Amino acid sequence: MFRNQYDTDVTTWSPAGRLFQVEYAMEAVKQGSAAIGLRSKTHVVLACVNKANSELSSHQKKIFKVDDHIGVAIAGLTADGRVLSRYMRSECINYNYTYESPLPVGRLVVQLADKAQVCTQRSWKRPYGVGLLVAGLDESGAHLYYNCPSGNYFEYQAFAIGSRSQAAKTYLERKFNNFTASSREDLIKDALIAARESLQGEKLTSSVCTIAVVGVGEPFHILDQETVQQLIDTFEIVREEETAPAEPEAAAEQDAATEQASGADQGGAGNQGGADQGGSPMDI
Amino acid sequence: MTKQHANWSPYDNNGGSCVAIAGSDYCVIAADTRMSTGYNILTRDYSKISHLAEKCVMASSGFQADVKALQKVLSARHLTYQHQHNKQMSCPAMAQLLSNTLYYKRFFPYYSFNVLGGLDSEGKGCVFTYDAVGSYERVGYSSQGSGSTLIMPFLDNQLKSPSPLLLPAQDAVTPLSETEAVDLVKTVFASATERDIYTGDKVEIVILNASGIHRDFMDLRKD
Repeated sequence: MFRNQYDTDVTTWSPAGRLFQVEYAMEAVKQGSAAIGLRSKTHVVLACVNKANSELSSHQKKIFKVDDHIGVAIAGLTADGRVLSRYMRSECINYNYTYESPLPVGRLVVQLADKAQVCTQRSWKRPYGVGLLVAGLDESGAHLYYNCPSGNYFEYQAFAIGSRSQAAKTYLERKFNNFTASSREDLIKDALIAARESLQGEKLTSSVCTIAVVGVGEPFHILDQETVQQLIDTFEIVREEETAPAEPEAAAEQDAATEQASGADQGGAGNQGGADQGGSPMDI
Repeated sequence: MTKQHANWSPYDNNGGSCVAIAGSDYCVIAADTRMSTGYNILTRDYSKISHLAEKCVMASSGFQADVKALQKVLSARHLTYQHQHNKQMSCPAMAQLLSNTLYYKRFFPYYSFNVLGGLDSEGKGCVFTYDAVGSYERVGYSSQGSGSTLIMPFLDNQLKSPSPLLLPAQDAVTPLSETEAVDLVKTVFASATERDIYTGDKVEIVILNASGIHRDFMDLRKD
């Protein structure tokens, strides 16, 4: 995408029928750190890669609880994300006040999308520079939606947004057929593995990754650091054990990560090992 | 020509009594479960008590439609508070919010007579008593509603609260134990039921202490 004479205003069409400002807003999403979502029949898991500006600063908050049954993970301009989360929370509270029942997720994402669309059709506004992965449960089941700055929204079985999300998406594409029947633990495991994919070599620890879960009988909540680290240790260690006989290398976490990145076969063997340990119906 | 008056009123009084007593590490909040209109009983099983926050319970008598609306507004505001502050509202904070909410409708008031009970940030029991437009005060005990004229003098006799104007400032907390306080509440409701026609059926007693919240019911005369 290069600078051109049709990209100054959001209200200017290009001759090819494109709104460049909206597309630039979608670029902002790609620059943010990765956010991943996956769902089964009864649970939805959100995972985020938290990048701090420096060692001295705290991590950006990228996952927000919207209501007991809805949560959102963002990628892009986190300030825009914060503002939209506040809007979503307010909508849920108002709906509950009027109807004494939880706001259906599908309704919320439409309202969010309409709000985003307004910003693509006013000369004095700019599009929101944030992509939202909305995870929620309602009467019709578990849902995962992706809301774009363009005002579009899609429902997904699993999705990843932000920088290096393609690696996570590739992993999810391989596994998504099994997600519907997945247990809560396996879903979280898959989320962590997908997060590790987008870290591409960097060590996966609970200080870099945040996990949130919502499910039937389980209100939306962010898992605390200890729990996440325990989960990471559980499946990372397993991978080391399984790949040790297959590949006679030092079973360090870094190596396990690079093995995954380097070869599909090795990655497959590792996942198979994870399946045996967890007793889960994960196929290669 | 005399001023024309309305031939209907937006308000109704559904009767009932509420009581709250604060202890050193607990708070007892109670209300009867009778809902009436005029000389008729609408139901014998209606809760006037609302659990607003983890350590904050409100009992309200008066016009129950307004009470319900008030409870919903406070509940929604509490949710917003939790999103913004990442914690529950303390009882004194909720007390101020209730006062502001009531005064907000100063010129079309909530016909709701409230007592707020809970634990403050030190874990001590606290009771706040209100009028319909939000004037409030922290006290050691209070009652509101149709039976309050019968209940309050008896509580004064048993628990006289130190005046907030006294110097040096004295604690607005009663020296009773939790069981004694609950017994006092039961006695007080049984007595009020005898002479107040709007009070009776059952009393719902809620006890808030360090171990959480506990709910109890006691039968009252049904006439």
